Amino acid sequence: MLKYSVKRIILAIVTVFIIALITFFAMNAIPGGPFAKEKAPEAAVQAVLEKRFNLDKPVGEQFFLYLGNLLRGDFGISLKTGREISTTIFESFSISAFLGGMAVILSLFVGLILGSTAALMRNKWPDRIIIFLTTLFVAVPSFILATLLLLIFSYVLGWVKVWSVADQNYLLPIISLALYPMAYITRLTKSSMLDVLGQDYIRTARAKGVKDWMVIFKHALRNALIPVITYVGPLTAYIMTGSLVVETVFTIGGLGSKFVTGINNRDYPMIMGTTIFLATLMVVMTLASDLLYKAVDPKISFD
Amino acid sequence: MANPLLQVKNLHTVFPIQSGEVRAVNGINFNLDRGKVLGIVGESGSGKSVTAYSILRILDYPGNISQGEILYENEDIVRMSPGEMRQIRGARISIIFQDPMTSLNPVYTVQNQLVEAILLHTKRDRKQAKERALEMLQLVGVNEPQKRLKQYPYQLSGGMRQRVMIAMALACEPDILIADEPTTALDVTIQAQILELMQELKSKLGMAIIMITHDLGVIAEMCDEIIVMYAGRICERGTAEEIFYNPRHEYTKGLLRSIPNFALSKERLTPIAGSPVDLLNMPRGCAFAARCDAAMKVCLTEQPEEISINENHKASCWVNVRDTAAEGTEGRQANG
Repeated sequence: MLKYSVKRIILAIVTVFIIALITFFAMNAIPGGPFAKEKAPEAAVQAVLEKRFNLDKPVGEQFFLYLGNLLRGDFGISLKTGREISTTIFESFSISAFLGGMAVILSLFVGLILGSTAALMRNKWPDRIIIFLTTLFVAVPSFILATLLLLIFSYVLGWVKVWSVADQNYLLPIISLALYPMAYITRLTKSSMLDVLGQDYIRTARAKGVKDWMVIFKHALRNALIPVITYVGPLTAYIMTGSLVVETVFTIGGLGSKFVTGINNRDYPMIMGTTIFLATLMVVMTLASDLLYKAVDPKISFD
Repeated sequence: MANPLLQVKNLHTVFPIQSGEVRAVNGINFNLDRGKVLGIVGESGSGKSVTAYSILRILDYPGNISQGEILYENEDIVRMSPGEMRQIRGARISIIFQDPMTSLNPVYTVQNQLVEAILLHTKRDRKQAKERALEMLQLVGVNEPQKRLKQYPYQLSGGMRQRVMIAMALACEPDILIADEPTTALDVTIQAQILELMQELKSKLGMAIIMITHDLGVIAEMCDEIIVMYAGRICERGTAEEIFYNPRHEYTKGLLRSIPNFALSKERLTPIAGSPVDLLNMPRGCAFAARCDAAMKVCLTEQPEEISINENHKASCWVNVRDTAAEGTEGRQANG
């Protein structure tokens, strides 16, 4: 177990390093630069700025300088705003993480219940309704759902206020983020549950005189969870790093929108900072879900 | 005399599907007395397992009992509420299944699953239940029972898992143990051990056993009575001796011919020709007629009644009716 974890952590560091490497060179290969715009500063000013941020050095050397700083915990400052990258990431991530975390919890909770219900009532009307709705939510892109939600609940019905810095109502953004994974988890749980309910050990449990709901929650659900966990690990990382679309529709300044603005501005430290942060998060979540398997399925051994 | 422990009367079990009704069990009757062993024999799809699952009402979706009674201590299981049914399952009537590899829940330890059964049906607390679990594992001959309790099913061999299943089934001292092909998935040496164990436990604990198998030879010596099933009907019933040495149904004869006999190992086995009937479209007459060498016209049009061969032997086959009639005629002629 310890040996396995150490191995995975080393592997994770290598993965993040490779991602950083590729991003760094790819980003520098894009034409233009942080200071090369229509309103370019004077040549002398530009030269000073480039020297200040090491942009005059060869790309390879820049990369190692960046890594050196990174190892000291220094993500650098934004070439656009001059703020510390780590502060920006921390601020916007806390918003995205809250949104994403709530969305994951909501989608898991609703998805597991709906999925189990659909499996238990297969081919009856609750199952049909659930499957119809989840197919819809899987198929319709989130920006359409988000816009629709905003239109219906904020504009037409006026039940929920539109998000603003002064009035931070996260309900609609969370729902729009949660709909797709919720639908996906529902379908995953249903098929996995149906598979498990047909297993011999379920019949054994019933033959023992176990109550129906205990058969479901003790004997079936834990086995049915195994495929769901595979999905939820990466999902958590993905959703917590911020969805540009949902953040844009609701005008919330989360990590997703910071990332895209960074790319548009060729704000190199910003791009690198967010990429490394996101990659690390993704790797950690995958590792966590792999370790979680062990808790659910005793057959999995890490040695 | 008191009523039998279990009486199955005119049981019909069907599986409604889109294209019709699969009639898995078609009106069977049998009784089981306390402490007796009843063998149910038949090929795949003959309704043996469905009969067993009907008794415990653990039929797979969409199976249901469409007609008949199952009286356990004179109470009809078919009419019991789900709550009453749970008091029967695992406590009064237990079952062990064909495939021990898949019958235990892979994510819980042996102890967890044994204790669950014990806590459900007895007044023991958790600590006593654990002691009982250990005691049961010792009883069924699991080696290192202390260690096994903490293990997961995947860490045990097939024979060991079947022993755990038996321990679980017997932990609450049921009146009836249903064994649904308990040895089919095991290799031959383990088969013998499991059967021996069941016999030993029966003499220790005194429960009645319903032994379901497709292999007549396996159970012959332990059964007080044997029922031969085909297409959801009983075609012949009697003591092991009668069934073995005096089979009176063509299907039973076929089954017996298909048992390997190592004393005569040079002989080829004789399989029963043809395949089982389509349970969606049951024939009007005897279900076995299409595969039967001795089939007559009447076999295709009318279902044979069960007739007594002697006190402990009955068969549902027109050939017997013809022979009895012929004997009767001969008898009269001789008299006349």
